[in-house]
Amino acid sequence: MASIAPENEIGSLTIMPTSLTLSSYAQMVDKIPIGGAFINSLIVALSITIGVLIFGSMIGYALSKLVFRGRELIFYVIIFTMTLPFQITLIPQYIIMVKFGWIDTYWALIVPYLINALSIIMFRQYFKSIPDSLIDAARLDGCNELQIIFRILWPNSMPAIITIGIITFMASWNEVLWPLIVIRDESLMTMPQLVTLFAVGGRAESQLGVKLASAVMLALPIVLAYLFFQKYFIQSMASTGIKE
Amino acid sequence: MVHFLMFVAFPVVFSVVLTFHKWNIIAPMEYTGLNNYILLFDDKIFLKSVGNTLIFLLIHIPLQIIIALFIAEILNQKIKLKGAFRGAFFLPVIVSGVVVTILWQQLYGFDTGLFNRLLTGIGLGKIGWLTDPDIAMASIAVMATWKNVGLYIILFLVGLQTVPTQYYEAADLEGANHWQKFFKITLPMINPTIFMVVILSTIGGFSLFIEPYIMTGGGPLNSTISAVLYIYKQGFFYYHMGYAATLGLFFAFIILAVVVVQKKFIEKDH
Repeated sequence: MASIAPENEIGSLTIMPTSLTLSSYAQMVDKIPIGGAFINSLIVALSITIGVLIFGSMIGYALSKLVFRGRELIFYVIIFTMTLPFQITLIPQYIIMVKFGWIDTYWALIVPYLINALSIIMFRQYFKSIPDSLIDAARLDGCNELQIIFRILWPNSMPAIITIGIITFMASWNEVLWPLIVIRDESLMTMPQLVTLFAVGGRAESQLGVKLASAVMLALPIVLAYLFFQKYFIQSMASTGIKE
Repeated sequence: MVHFLMFVAFPVVFSVVLTFHKWNIIAPMEYTGLNNYILLFDDKIFLKSVGNTLIFLLIHIPLQIIIALFIAEILNQKIKLKGAFRGAFFLPVIVSGVVVTILWQQLYGFDTGLFNRLLTGIGLGKIGWLTDPDIAMASIAVMATWKNVGLYIILFLVGLQTVPTQYYEAADLEGANHWQKFFKITLPMINPTIFMVVILSTIGGFSLFIEPYIMTGGGPLNSTISAVLYIYKQGFFYYHMGYAATLGLFFAFIILAVVVVQKKFIEKDH
């Protein structure tokens, strides 16, 4: 298994050397709005990541440091949702999107992903290791709950934030089934979706070079991020066992 | 909490309600009782899609474990460039499945694909990697293994490092060879990791969708249609919302059953 070769190098073995010019890329840009799709993907993945970090830490804080009735029950309900296969909720979620009129909007891509059980559990776990005395001291100094979360807990939880951030960003960048369902308007499509439809829909006209060019464009941002933060990527995913 | 009610609790309840109805979203819902369930058991393509998904798992999981364990064993020795190898094996894990599929589609191509060109190069016949109904699902399983194996190599590496070195030293004194050490010490010690890999790749494998969607569209002769791909088609090509929800619910129970059986198996082993 020659997984050592970078994606585009393997690809180039199968196409004619003559098509190794930039013409494939030029043709691709001509055929599909890949630039717009890049922006869409970026907006969606960043919004989801920020949302997951904010809401995950807020709920994680409530479940680990605040005392209220039903706390444990809520925690178990959250764990239960994690074990629920997405195959059950796929169709009803789509119908909710239709009823809200969110089909072909960013809302459909972002809102269902804003809160995620894994991030809550990880934040809860991490916050538990932070001593209560730190929070009590902050409270005495007049911090409100939000200030406690974002001024006191966040700077002390960088490993958890990095792990959750990387996993969330990567998963939402690579997500393709949900966009295929809720977005029909080409100008709002995310990158994986656009490339998929391009590869399946016959618009690449069986020109391998153009198809591969679109695949390289799709892989590039994540691969670049990976090259810079390789250590964090591997640690994050090994600690959670999560892939796409 | 509102978010939870809207995107988890409501869908689950609504999903169950939907399974008793016929609905194409536009016209009003029509109550059809158990009709969807009756349809389901008569639906040869759905049963085939579930079977295909199980075949995929049966090829993918053992292959994954053997390759990942083998590479992890090698990387666990003191070799040069360990970090570089680890990084390279991990690359396909983080890249979108779309990219990997497009790439392998070219490798598997009948006339121009690299694999068949190598075969004809050494004087053998071409293989219909994606066009032969008997082989196509195996081809997809091999590709999925290539994509995910990096993650499991890392998990096994972590597992291997938990094995105390004294065990190996004692075995060396007794004169055990490399294979004996592997089967008598390593394997039993990393059992928990193996179980984790089995569960993770089972759940991952049940969501198989994008690979057959791009590569084969479920063909040839529906030999690679996965359950999720079929649910997607029923729901969003034919707009059989009630029926698609029924398939989803039923399939979720199959997933649950498989995972429970695996868990029982694991606990008995311990």
